[in-house]
Amino acid sequence: MRTDYAFIGVTLVVACALIGVVPILNYLIAPQTPNKSKRETYECGMETVGDTWVQFRAQYYLFALIFVLFDVGGVLLFPFAVAYNSVNLWGVIVVSLFVLTLLASLGYAIKKGALNWE
Amino acid sequence: MDIINNLVKNLGDGIAAGIYGALGQGIAADILIMVIAAIAVFAVASGGFAGLTYAERKIVARIQDRVGPNQAGPYGILQPIADAVKLFTKEDTTPAEADFWVYHLAPIIVAVFATLTFTVVPFAPGVVGTNLNIGAFYIIAIGSASTIAILMAGWGSNNKYSLLGAFRTVAQLVGYEVPMLLNMLPVIMLTGSMSLVDIIERQAGWNGSWGLPFIVILPLSGLAFLISGIAETGRSPFDLLEAESEIVAGFHVEYSGMKFGLIMMGEYMNALGVAVMFSVLFLGGYAGPILPPYLWLVLKAFGVFLVLMWLRGTLPRVRIDQLLNMNWKFFVPLSVVNLILVMILGKVFVSDPALFKANGGILIQPLAQALIMGASSFALLMIALAIVTRRVRKDRMAEAAILLQRRETNQQIAASVH
Repeated sequence: MRTDYAFIGVTLVVACALIGVVPILNYLIAPQTPNKSKRETYECGMETVGDTWVQFRAQYYLFALIFVLFDVGGVLLFPFAVAYNSVNLWGVIVVSLFVLTLLASLGYAIKKGALNWE
Repeated sequence: MDIINNLVKNLGDGIAAGIYGALGQGIAADILIMVIAAIAVFAVASGGFAGLTYAERKIVARIQDRVGPNQAGPYGILQPIADAVKLFTKEDTTPAEADFWVYHLAPIIVAVFATLTFTVVPFAPGVVGTNLNIGAFYIIAIGSASTIAILMAGWGSNNKYSLLGAFRTVAQLVGYEVPMLLNMLPVIMLTGSMSLVDIIERQAGWNGSWGLPFIVILPLSGLAFLISGIAETGRSPFDLLEAESEIVAGFHVEYSGMKFGLIMMGEYMNALGVAVMFSVLFLGGYAGPILPPYLWLVLKAFGVFLVLMWLRGTLPRVRIDQLLNMNWKFFVPLSVVNLILVMILGKVFVSDPALFKANGGILIQPLAQALIMGASSFALLMIALAIVTRRVRKDRMAEAAILLQRRETNQQIAASVH
């Protein structure tokens, strides 16, 4: 049981080692002649104006929030899916109510216009 | 025949036996075997990446009436090696204002987590990195790590186009994870396990020895899973996060040399991962007649990837509002309704006598159960498409009417000026 996960750990380490060495090799092999204009931010060749790290639209947050709602709801459904064979029709109806609640919240978000991209 | 069928498994067992013989049974031997297996998994993933870049360029070129790479070696077959050499010898320019750690770590994280997907994929009976009991769930969890890495790349580059690409990523990749998750659930319900090996065995053993892939039983889930999988890996026609013609190259505009190569590698591995997952979950994985099992998985995964290339070669890119509307207003509600439909049908029509005794319902043949589920799922898809088509046509008509009115007003203004 624990060795199941050990393999993932080993793969993580091996993959990090094999992939991590690639940029270092690239650094050693490739020519390194940086100059000022080479190290500038590349935006259509124009000089960049202002700071990049600014406040951005709140719309993205709305999508992220609704995603969290559905992701957590979906994760809660996974144990039920595994135990599906051991519940009867009544259990299924109860879970359907939970899923329909999720759907109702999505409907509310759509009706409020939270998912309209402008 | 058995020798060919179990070739990979016997090879692995032979190496393991040799190591146990040399080192004795112990933790050192276990770790060495795991390291070799991990390198094998990495080799499969990166070999698939190298082969697919060539195949994709060649096939998409044919679709678009071009020749594609043809200089390096016969039919350009050495193109992946030429690309690797070129990328390795390219100067790696880093923008002066980039965030050092975030910028340099992002490509490594993309590639590493794409590799990790392949640790749970069963390549043949007994040939699986690790048969996790939460395999399907693990794939979803690992898959969302690439979103973080792309956001890191976009943010760390300190470039406005990169950041725009990264923002689109958050809205897109994050959103399409939901239908992917919801369409995996019916498969897990019918199997009763999240282990990928169990899912394959369930499809192979449907109705006694008759194999029946889940795509026949759950066509809607399969279709929605594939489409959201393509969107999740950010491939054309959902490649808004790179969109060469709009925001230069999106999140990886500032990356050059092998760092760019690593990002491409991660993307291709993720796309290959989706193709492999679709073959495992809906096409029966390594199960198949005559040919050896590992060949079946490769064939099925390549077949799915061919569909991905075909879509890339033919479809134009969708707009971001269309993309998000399609997800939140079509796929997610449809997946939820489909989930409820499968849940209730699976309880009303029971094929397993033991389950019938425990929970009741109507006892029928497995094939009849599959047919009922497949037909009702297909009917649901058709109804949903009919509703959406009508709705979208109405919207388009309204838009066209507004445009027409505007044009008439403009003409009147133009006429009054002259």
